[in-house]
Amino acid sequence: MGFISRGFKGKRRDNVSSSRVPPGQHVVNDFPVLSAGPTPRVSLDQWTFSIAGEIDEPKRWTWQEFHALPAETVTKDIHCVTKWSKLDTSWTGVSVDTLLEGIDTAADFATVFSDGGYTTNLALDDLTGNKAWVAYEYDGQPLHPEHGGPVRLLVPHLYFWKSAKWVRGITLQNEEQPGFWESNGYHIRGDPWREQRYWGD
Amino acid sequence: MDAAEAKVDGNAIGGLLREIFVMEMTTAETTCASCGAVNPVGRVDVYLRAPGVVVRCPGCEQVLMRIVRGPGRYWIDLRGMRCLEFAASE
Amino acid sequence: MVALNQETPRVASLVLDVPEWHGHDAGQHVDVRLTADDGYQAQRSYSIASAPEDPRLQITVERLEDGEVSPYLVGEVRVGDKVELRGPIGGYFVWKVENSTPLLLVAGGSGVVPLMAMIRHRSAAGSKVQARLLYSSRTADDIIYKEELDRIASSGDDVTVAYTLTRAQPSAWKGYARRIDRDMVREVAWPKELSPMAFVCGPTSFVESAAGLLVDLGYDPLRIKTERFGATGG
Repeated sequence: MGFISRGFKGKRRDNVSSSRVPPGQHVVNDFPVLSAGPTPRVSLDQWTFSIAGEIDEPKRWTWQEFHALPAETVTKDIHCVTKWSKLDTSWTGVSVDTLLEGIDTAADFATVFSDGGYTTNLALDDLTGNKAWVAYEYDGQPLHPEHGGPVRLLVPHLYFWKSAKWVRGITLQNEEQPGFWESNGYHIRGDPWREQRYWGD
Repeated sequence: MDAAEAKVDGNAIGGLLREIFVMEMTTAETTCASCGAVNPVGRVDVYLRAPGVVVRCPGCEQVLMRIVRGPGRYWIDLRGMRCLEFAASE
Repeated sequence: MVALNQETPRVASLVLDVPEWHGHDAGQHVDVRLTADDGYQAQRSYSIASAPEDPRLQITVERLEDGEVSPYLVGEVRVGDKVELRGPIGGYFVWKVENSTPLLLVAGGSGVVPLMAMIRHRSAAGSKVQARLLYSSRTADDIIYKEELDRIASSGDDVTVAYTLTRAQPSAWKGYARRIDRDMVREVAWPKELSPMAFVCGPTSFVESAAGLLVDLGYDPLRIKTERFGATGG
């Protein structure tokens, strides 16, 4: 990099290092929309969320059933691998711990899948222990389709590509299966605090 | 921003593809591995606002290509294209 | 940059002196990359507005409200500043005067830029190819290159320009006053029997709609070339 564009500053961003901002990230005030394809359109009376794979009996909830589950509102910082971070974002949804309650499995891994074909993989450890939610509200409002509505996964301790938009279920597995981005250069785990962006990081 | 506004076409990645293939690629013809549709790269659907570039068939929306640019390297998945045809440079 | 020409309140053309520029084709674009002093970079593509015959390169940029690159190019860059670009890029969305069939150009907003390069190329090369431009803008103030287009259209040189304004029209406006639709396209476009070559450029939804109308009119889809900008080019 040799050339500097005189006077160019780019979008307002803070490079102030702070204990809340992982290495290489900058804080933004807007909420960028990233998308790998067309926004899926789904009718809520056909929507279901399921858990299947290495368990005795798959579980499935309809929209009504899902909303009857105990939900909570959490405030979290989120970090996108494209280097923006957004602090204090508020989400309402069902904890993945709640969804996995009563499920007996020896699986250590999971693939999360969405409408439109997107997948991401996670260790079960990263989905449990009060670390992950299936969220249907952002900032007190029903989740907008461009941000993953009706429902998205929220796993704020990992890079935000793991927080799959338009999520429809979790498949429990014995072996890790790299998802959409993990199979194409992005790190299998994606911990922003260890700057695990790409293969080999 | 709605889905239509997030989507552009292969003209937008002309520069990126020239970095990778070292040739002008927007006139290259892609054959979709899912539906068989043939389209010049200039006409396929491209999603740029993502952790990588996702190129989709304008007919069936299946992924044709994924391109990720990391520090000093690219990862490219071309499995969504059965075939890519382009003119040899003189 | 050697000159900045304001085209409309939000749109300006940057005239650039590019050492070792090897020329370009009408319809191609350049990728402009900006680097802040902390290393942060942003990159956007801009269509070349100048004809291949012009001695200097021109790009035309619309300044977007929440843009990151466009407010810098149209607002901060001064004469004498350097801008990093690569190009020319593109081979699909290109028109050359050797292509002698009637030419139909359909533009939505700043989508007119690469089509203007084609019109300027046609004039500079002294071509007699018949050309028609259908150009959709929001208001009269948003029409880019209006004086030049009106001059070319009235010069008896076989170029017709049809404007449509979708949001507001001045009094005594004689052009169309609505979004492009089937009737408008039927009135303006070359009949399919002439085997015309069509270029459609603008925001994605505009292009998909206009291209669809041309297909409905019987145009060969292989003779309709499209370039879709995102709605927020940046």
